[in-house]
Amino acid sequence: MGEEGVIEKISGPLIIADKMRGCEMYEVIKVGEEGLLGETIRLDGALAYVQVYEDTTGLKPGEPVVRTKAPLSVELGPGILKNFFDGIQRPLEDIKHKVGDYITRGVRVDALDRTKKWEFTPTPAVEEGKEVVGGDILGEVPETKVIKHKILVPPGISGKILELKEGKFTVDDCVARIQIGGEDVELKMMQKWPVRKGRPYKAKLDPEVPLLTGQRINDTFFPIAKGGTGAIPGGFGTGKTVMQHQLARWSDAQVIVYIGCGERGNEMTEVLEDFPKLVDPYSGEKLMERSTLIANTSNMPVAAREASIYTGITLAEYYRDMGYDTAIQADSTSRWAEALREISGRLEEMPGEEGYPAYLASRLADFYERAGRVKTLCSDSEDRIGSVTVVGAVSPPGGDFSEPVTQNTLRVVGVFWALDSTLADRRHFPAISWLRSYSLYLGDLREWFNKPSSPDFTEQQEEMMALLQKESELQEIVQLVGADALPPRERGTLEVARMIREDFLQQNAYHEIDSFCSLEKQYLMARIILQWYNHANELIERGIGMEKIDVMKIKGTIARMKYVPSDEFKAKYEEIMRAMKDEFEAVKKREE
Amino acid sequence: MAVDTSAREYTTIREAAGPLIVVENIEGVAYGEVVKIVTPDGEEKNGQVLEVSSGLAVVQVFEGTSGIDTSKTRVRFTGDIMRISVSQDMVGRFFDGLGRPRDGGPEIIPEDRLSVIGAAINPTARDYPREFIQTGISTIDGMNTLVRGQKLPIFSGAGMPHNALAAQIARQAKVLSSGEPFSVVFAAMGITHEEASFFIHDFERTGAIERIVAFLNLADDPAIERIITPKMALTTAEFLAYEYDMHILVILTDMTNYCEALREISAAREEVPSRRGYPGYMYTDLSTNYERAGRIKGRNGTITQIPILSMPDDDITHPIPDLTGYITEGQFVLSRDLHRRGIYPPVDVLPSLSRLMNEGIGPERTREDHSGVSNQLYSGYAEGRDMRDLVAVVGEEALTSRDKKFLEFADEFEKRFVTQSRNDDRSIEETLDLGWDLLAALPEGELKRIDEHIIKKYHPNYRTKA
Ligand SMILES: Nc1ncnc2c1ncn2[C@@H]1O[C@H](COP(=O)(O)OP(=O)(O)OP(=O)(O)O)[C@@H](O)[C@H]1O
Ligand SMILES: [Mg+2]
Repeated sequence: MGEEGVIEKISGPLIIADKMRGCEMYEVIKVGEEGLLGETIRLDGALAYVQVYEDTTGLKPGEPVVRTKAPLSVELGPGILKNFFDGIQRPLEDIKHKVGDYITRGVRVDALDRTKKWEFTPTPAVEEGKEVVGGDILGEVPETKVIKHKILVPPGISGKILELKEGKFTVDDCVARIQIGGEDVELKMMQKWPVRKGRPYKAKLDPEVPLLTGQRINDTFFPIAKGGTGAIPGGFGTGKTVMQHQLARWSDAQVIVYIGCGERGNEMTEVLEDFPKLVDPYSGEKLMERSTLIANTSNMPVAAREASIYTGITLAEYYRDMGYDTAIQADSTSRWAEALREISGRLEEMPGEEGYPAYLASRLADFYERAGRVKTLCSDSEDRIGSVTVVGAVSPPGGDFSEPVTQNTLRVVGVFWALDSTLADRRHFPAISWLRSYSLYLGDLREWFNKPSSPDFTEQQEEMMALLQKESELQEIVQLVGADALPPRERGTLEVARMIREDFLQQNAYHEIDSFCSLEKQYLMARIILQWYNHANELIERGIGMEKIDVMKIKGTIARMKYVPSDEFKAKYEEIMRAMKDEFEAVKKREE
Repeated sequence: MAVDTSAREYTTIREAAGPLIVVENIEGVAYGEVVKIVTPDGEEKNGQVLEVSSGLAVVQVFEGTSGIDTSKTRVRFTGDIMRISVSQDMVGRFFDGLGRPRDGGPEIIPEDRLSVIGAAINPTARDYPREFIQTGISTIDGMNTLVRGQKLPIFSGAGMPHNALAAQIARQAKVLSSGEPFSVVFAAMGITHEEASFFIHDFERTGAIERIVAFLNLADDPAIERIITPKMALTTAEFLAYEYDMHILVILTDMTNYCEALREISAAREEVPSRRGYPGYMYTDLSTNYERAGRIKGRNGTITQIPILSMPDDDITHPIPDLTGYITEGQFVLSRDLHRRGIYPPVDVLPSLSRLMNEGIGPERTREDHSGVSNQLYSGYAEGRDMRDLVAVVGEEALTSRDKKFLEFADEFEKRFVTQSRNDDRSIEETLDLGWDLLAALPEGELKRIDEHIIKKYHPNYRTKA
C-alpha cells in the first residue's frame, strides 16, 4: 500500500511500475529520480502502467515512482488568458526562462503565476451571511482589457459567506471564507479541476444562435451554432490550419482556446506573433486579450499531446461557467488519436481498425459532448448562459475520409466542412467543398438568420446552393459536348455559378480586407450576385447572347466587391446595384 | 540527460531476430542507452536500447545482427546516450551514417559531444521564417517561394531528376539582402554510389565542397544505420548554425529509405502496424527530424531543410509522402508527365505548395506584385489544364474563344515559365516579368486575382504605353 513503487519496464512514453497496489486510474505519478510527470492508464495487480508526459530516455528499471494521489488537473483562475501553455498547462514562456530555447524534461513551473496580484472586486449582491452554491460569482477580476474574470464558487460547494475580501490578491490568497456544515473553508481565486471530467452545468440548451466566423462559406452556407461542434477534415495543405486560425481570429466568441495538438512549431509561433497585433473586429482590442493557446507540437512528447485537448476544453468550460461564449480550435484531432493509438499499442491492447484502439469512437464522442450551450451552475435566482463551441481539424491519411478518425468524428459533430484537395490545388480557398459539406444547424438557426434586416437570408442561400448543384450537373454535359453547345440559359447558369464560386465562396485569408467579412456584407454580396443573374436572364430571354453579357463592366466590379471593407459595404452595395441596373438597361437598349 | 557512466559488459544474449537482440540478466541499463557489441570474430557493432525491463533489454543493432551468436558475443552498455562529436573542422569532410570519418581524414577533435536526439524547440523561442531565398528557379521563386528556416521537401519518383534539382537549389540559393551563401549538410540514406557521386561532383565543380559536411549511408551500407544518419546530420547542422552563425541547407535523401528502416525495426518488434505496415508513430518520428529546421530568436544561424523522397509508384497518398506533407511547410512535387515531355525541372506547381511564402514575399522582400502574379498564374494554369482534359474528349472546336486562350496559356506556361536549363539562374524580377508576359495573353478582365493598381503598374499593356 506504499506511496512509492519502482520502475519495472520502460518502452518509449510508457513505463510499467511495480508495487503500486492502491494506485488509481488517471492518477498523476512522478516517475524516476527526476520526478517526470506521468499518469496511470492501466492497473494490473500491483503493476501500474504509466504514460509519461516527458522524454523517458535514460530512465532505468529500479528507479522510484511516486504517487501524487490526484488526477491530472488544470489550475483555473486569472492568468489563463494571454498565456501560452504546453499540453499539461505549463507556461511555455516560463519554461523558456528556466531552461532556454529547447524544452528539456523535468522542468517544474506553476500553471498560474503565484506572485502576480489581481484586483478583486466582490459582487455587491453577495454580502456576508448569504448562502452561495457552486457556480455563484464571488467577485471579478479585470483579467484582460476585454474579459472580466468571474471568481466562481467551485462546483459541489455550498455554504454561508463568512467573509468576502476586496483588494489585490494573488491566485493563492484567500478572497472569501464560507461556512460549510459548521466548517470554515477558505476560497482562493484559483481552483483546480481534473481535465478528463467535464465541468457540471444545470442544463443544455438548444443551439439557436450562430457562431459567426466572418468566413462567407461557413456563415452563409454551413453555419455552426454557439455551443455546436464542427469538423474540418482534409489532406495536407488543404487549409485546415488556416481555417482554424481564421476561426480563432474572426469568430464572435468572447474567449478563444486554440490547441495546437501535434502540429508544427512555426504555426504556433505565427499565432504568437499575430494575435498580439491583430484587432478583434468585435471588441476593437487585440485578439490576444481574449485568447489562450495550448501548444504541444508534433515533436513534443505524445502523452502530453493526448492530454492537451482535455486541458484545452477544461479551460473553455471554466470561462463558459462565467457566462462567456467560448470557442475551441483543435488542430489536429488526428494527432491526438495517433497519440492514443501509440499508447494503446504499447499497452498491447487488441487493435481495432487501422491499429486504433476500439475505444477511439467513444473517446471522440466524450470529447465533443463537452461542447454545448448551457445554463451554468449558480443559485436559482440567477440565469446565466454560456457556451463552448468545438471545431476539430482532422488529418485523414491520404486525404481519404473513409478512415476511422474522420468517420467517428462525423458521427458526432454537427457541421462537416469537407476540404477538397482539387480545390486547394487550384488555389480555390477556403477549399471547402460546397457539394460535400453540411451543417445540421441550418434548421435551428434559420430564424436567427432571417431576422428583420435580412428576411430572405435563407432563401438567398438556398438559391445559390441550387445554382451550384445545377452547375455540377451541367458540368457533366460540358465534359461531353463542350460549353458552346449549351443553350444560352444554361450558359447563364454556369456563369452565375462561377461568380458564386469565385466572387463569393473564395476568400483570401491573407488579404487585409477580405480576410474578414461581416454577415451584412455576406448578405448583400449574395444579393448582388443573384440580382446580376436576374438581369442576365432577362436579357437572355430577349435573345441577347452570353457573349454580350460576358463583356460587361459590371462583372469586374462584382469580382472586386470582396475587397470593399465591411463597414463601407452598405454604401458600395447601393452603388453597385445602381451601376448594374444602368449597364443592363444600356445593353438592352443598344441590342433592341 | 547524462546517464551513469560506468559501463557494464554481458555475454547474455538470449535471442537475435532481424535487427534486434535481447540481452538478459542485465542490471542498471537505461532506456535509450548506447550499446557496443563485439562478435566472436572481433567485429564491433553499435546499438541502442529500445526497451528495458528489470533483467531484460531489447537492443537495435545498426549494422544488423549477422555474425552475432548467443554465447560468445559481448555486449557492452556504455552508460551514455547517442552522441556525436562536433567541431567546426567537420566542414569539408565526409562521414559515414554513424558520424565516423569515411574520407580517410583524421578523427574529429571534438569541441563538444552533443546528443543526437534533438529536444523540441520551444515555440516561444522560434523566430518565424520570412527571408526570401532566391533559388533562381521560377516555379520555386515565383510560385512556391522558399524562405530561410523552412522545411520544404521534394516529392519525386524513381528516375526523375530530383538530384539535379536539389543540386541546382544548393548551388544557386542565396538570400538577396545579404548575399550570403548557404553551407550544405548533406545526409544520404541508402542512395546509390552513382547518386552520391553526382552530388559530390556537382559540389566539387562549383567549389561548394569546401562548405559541405556529408554523412553518407549508401545502398550497400547497413540499413538500420539510416535511422541515425539524419539525426547526426541535423545535430551537426544545429551546431554550425547556432554556434558558428552559419546558414545551413540540409539535404536529406532519400527519406523513403529512412522510413523503410523504421518499418523494419517496427516489424521485428512485432508492433501493431498502421497503414502499409509502417509504424503508428512514424508521423511523430518524422517530425522529430523535420521540426529541427527553423530559426531561433537571438541566434544568427538558420537551418533550412530540403528532404528528398521518392514516392513509391508515384503515389502521393503513400504513407511516406503523406506523413511528410503533414509535417513539412509545403512540398515541391515532380511530375512524371512533365518529365516524359522533356520539361526540366518537372515541377508540377498545382500540387506543390510553400506555406511560408506569404510572409516571404511582397514589397521590401521581393516585389509588390508577387502575390497577385503568383495567384493569377495558378488559377490560369489550373483552368488551362482543365481545358486540356476537356479537349481530349470534345475536341478544340467545342471550346469558347475564352477557353482557348487558357488552353494556350497552359502550354506557354510550361514551355517558358516552368522550363529552364540546369544552369539558368533567374532573378526574381526576371521570373515575375516572365509571369506578366504570359498573363498578357489572357483577357485583362480575367485577371481577377490581381489588384487593379498593380495591373496598371506592371501589366505589359500599360508599361509599354508609359
Ligand atoms: N483561406 C485561404 N486563403 C488563402 N490561402 C489559403 C487559405 N486556406 C489555405 N490557404 C493556403 O493553403 C496552404 C495550406 O493551408 P494549411 O496550412 O491550413 O493546410 P492544412 O490543411 O492545415 O495542412 P496540414 O494538414 O499539413 O497541416 C496555406 O499555407 C495557404 O497558402
Ligand atoms: Mg495544418
